[in-house]
Amino acid sequence: MKMLDKTLPLEELESSLTKTESKAYYLSKLVYRHDKVVNNKAHILQRKLLNLKKQLFYGLTSYQKLCVARHKRRPTTLDYIEYLLDSWIELHGDRRGSDDPAIITGIGRIGRRSVVVLGQQKGRNTKENVLRNFGMSSPGGYRKALRVMEHANKFKLPILTFIDTPGALAGVSAEKSGQAEAIATNLKKMFSFEVPIISTIIGEGGSGGALGICIGNYVMMFENSIYTVATPEACSSILWKDSTKAADAAEALKVRAEDLLTLKIIDEIIPEPFGVAHDYPLLMVRILKNKIRDQLDFFDTFSPSELKHHRYLKFRKLGLYYDC
Amino acid sequence: MPNGTKLAKSFLWKKCDSCNILISKFDFYKHDKVCPECNYHFPMYSSERINHIIDLKSWIPLYNNLLSGDPLGFCDKKPYITRLAENQKITGLDEAVQTGIGRINNISASVAVMDFNFMGGSMGSAVGEKITRLVEFSTKEELPIVIISASGGARMQEGILSLMQMAKISAALERLQSKGLLYISILSSPTTGGVFASFAMLGDIILAEPKAVVGFAGKRVVEQTLNEKLPPNFQSAEYLLDNGFVDLIVKRKQLKKTIHMILDLHN
Repeated sequence: MKMLDKTLPLEELESSLTKTESKAYYLSKLVYRHDKVVNNKAHILQRKLLNLKKQLFYGLTSYQKLCVARHKRRPTTLDYIEYLLDSWIELHGDRRGSDDPAIITGIGRIGRRSVVVLGQQKGRNTKENVLRNFGMSSPGGYRKALRVMEHANKFKLPILTFIDTPGALAGVSAEKSGQAEAIATNLKKMFSFEVPIISTIIGEGGSGGALGICIGNYVMMFENSIYTVATPEACSSILWKDSTKAADAAEALKVRAEDLLTLKIIDEIIPEPFGVAHDYPLLMVRILKNKIRDQLDFFDTFSPSELKHHRYLKFRKLGLYYDC
Repeated sequence: MPNGTKLAKSFLWKKCDSCNILISKFDFYKHDKVCPECNYHFPMYSSERINHIIDLKSWIPLYNNLLSGDPLGFCDKKPYITRLAENQKITGLDEAVQTGIGRINNISASVAVMDFNFMGGSMGSAVGEKITRLVEFSTKEELPIVIISASGGARMQEGILSLMQMAKISAALERLQSKGLLYISILSSPTTGGVFASFAMLGDIILAEPKAVVGFAGKRVVEQTLNEKLPPNFQSAEYLLDNGFVDLIVKRKQLKKTIHMILDLHN
């Protein structure tokens, strides 16, 4: 079989994949009506396709992972919520005068448990992206998240957070209404809650904007997600003084899930079927649901103060320095 | 002009960055590095800050044994290790923050002073650990804590680990504050990014120096990427005061007195 030229941009590789995919799909439709030859051909093509996919999505570089994490077909928080939860009520507003569409909050039921769910929401098309600010939350968004988490703490409901943002909103309005204060308060308050918090990075985890809702007792990350201190583009223009060095910056910053697991920033990598979540969203939801259920069961054995202490210790030991 | 004269001049005079006036070095240091004409506050080294705020001979440095590592093997234009060594040589500091305990007009407090001259005051693992240990020490000994920030934000060379320091320090501060202890945060120029969005904004009382540059995202970033017209005093201490995120703007001359007063009122 022909080897893939991995130096090509990901979009190009993927477009050839999509072509083969549609061909295979067309052939498999024919199978029921026609003879053995077509059947065989369809089978071969499908196997080839899976192989290609495995090849394509295995051992991606950091920058390619960034592209997958930002893929326009990648499932968003709302997609997961829809299939993950058995019932769901969305809650709106921060009670301080705004309702940020870039953060979704609400209460739902997963199995026999009620949970509070919140997550950053990117748009699925341009129009939606404009409405949702490309998943960049305003200060109001963080205050809305905090308000809902305080609700969860009051009624002893576990909290699930989903992270998918390029970073917190930067701009005149964000500075005016105190973006820094909103994130800082979230960081502090999330350490005071006495319910389990389970965070999942489903796409892009960008900087303080991601951290603002990512203080979890257990932090999971999808195989092709990234989590970074600053977007590789920003980092390259700061350190290299050249915004085109994003690929180098992504490599140097160690943004991939496997790197972060070694650094103990995350607790678990959730594998994506055949490398990508966006082709198999339902399978992805099933895997995620099992993981979340396991963790909720595990944290059932913790007392409220133990949960708080557990979260403190988890973050307390992060960092690498010499003590001499 | 012969070189010697130029050199002698630079020893005797200092040009104000804001109003371009020449200030004699004597006046410059007499006014704690503040321009007597236009009241521009020059940046201060962390050691100068400590001398300025802490009573004579009462400063006990803590956690000087913590040094940065290079967890990612980071290399941009220069390797991170080289950059660290260079900065240590130039500034004579081990890290971008000095931590310790001292007395402020005879009231004991834990104090952390960040130094912008050490890699832009950026917060890496060692900075985070030093501040966290100081906060924990404060919590244990029931001392009030004062942190003077001057930082460009998270240290990018340590990647995600530097982001996690924001969470780590915030966690320690949560314990301190829930125990009913006082934390005074002082914003000096510049305080931006990850430092601003974590412990600098968590003070029970937040003070700022006049005209200090304080902001979440870089001014250039906001201007370029969002194409927005910026208000005249955007991302300054005064802007924060107008929007209700800072308690007081304090001139450098009154800073020690004000801190003492606040500590005294909470005693």
